[in-house]
Amino acid sequence: MILLTRRATFSAAHYYWNPAWSEEKNLATFGKCANRNGHGHNYTLEVTVSGTPDPVSGFVVDLKWLKDVIEHEVLDIYDHRHLNLEVPEFATIIPTTENMAIAIWKRLEKPVTAAGGASLARVRVYETADIFAEYRGEL
Amino acid sequence: MKAYFTRAYHFSASHRLHTEDLSAEANRATFGKCNNPHGHGHNYRVEVTIAGPVDPATGMVINMATLDAVVHEKIFTRFDHMNLNLDPLFAKQVSTTENLCIAIFDILKDQFGTAQLSKIRVEETENNFFEYSGDETLPD
Repeated sequence: MILLTRRATFSAAHYYWNPAWSEEKNLATFGKCANRNGHGHNYTLEVTVSGTPDPVSGFVVDLKWLKDVIEHEVLDIYDHRHLNLEVPEFATIIPTTENMAIAIWKRLEKPVTAAGGASLARVRVYETADIFAEYRGEL
Repeated sequence: MKAYFTRAYHFSASHRLHTEDLSAEANRATFGKCNNPHGHGHNYRVEVTIAGPVDPATGMVINMATLDAVVHEKIFTRFDHMNLNLDPLFAKQVSTTENLCIAIFDILKDQFGTAQLSKIRVEETENNFFEYSGDETLPD
């Protein structure tokens, strides 16, 4: 089995806020990230798929195809957007890096599986070079 | 849902690779430049990976402020701008980055309550790095 990773970048705004909590508790828990005017990051997304190289093409998946899937399913919706205000899954969940990794997994799992030959192995989202979250499909 | 959160930290320290179990010649042959009697130093980069369920109230595996405070107290104040060989950890073992990686894992492993320390990765330079997950099974 081979693991194959495609990297992509996008930029977006967000803030952390739990509407069930008081302003004090939000500020104590989330600090600067609770600023309701939002802030932003240059995110790096790494999508890893696993599979066996096709005997004819030598590909696990066609990287151009994977690039297009990431663009259609993620970048077109997240890039240069306010995650809390403009991306449906974050209307009810906080767009932390952890939740972004899980949400991107949910967006990509079906198209990657439907293509046949490969399965989604890992989604890693870098918020900065020194902070990242990863989801591997574990419940 | 189980997710993994990683934060990287930076500290600078000196060390010397040397063991009393070998002769001076054997130390030089084994450790090369790293056996320089006066030591040398690195800018270390340490990745701390925490695994656990995402708290629905916070969207987090662990609050980064909590993680930062633990790493600052247990790792940064202990190792930053220090000579690793003078730390009791390295009184009887060589201060290789393999051993440093295991030591940092052992120091941090019980510090996070229900969240689990999943992996420590120590980068000695951009080209040399070491990982430890607390057992003999390598991570995926």
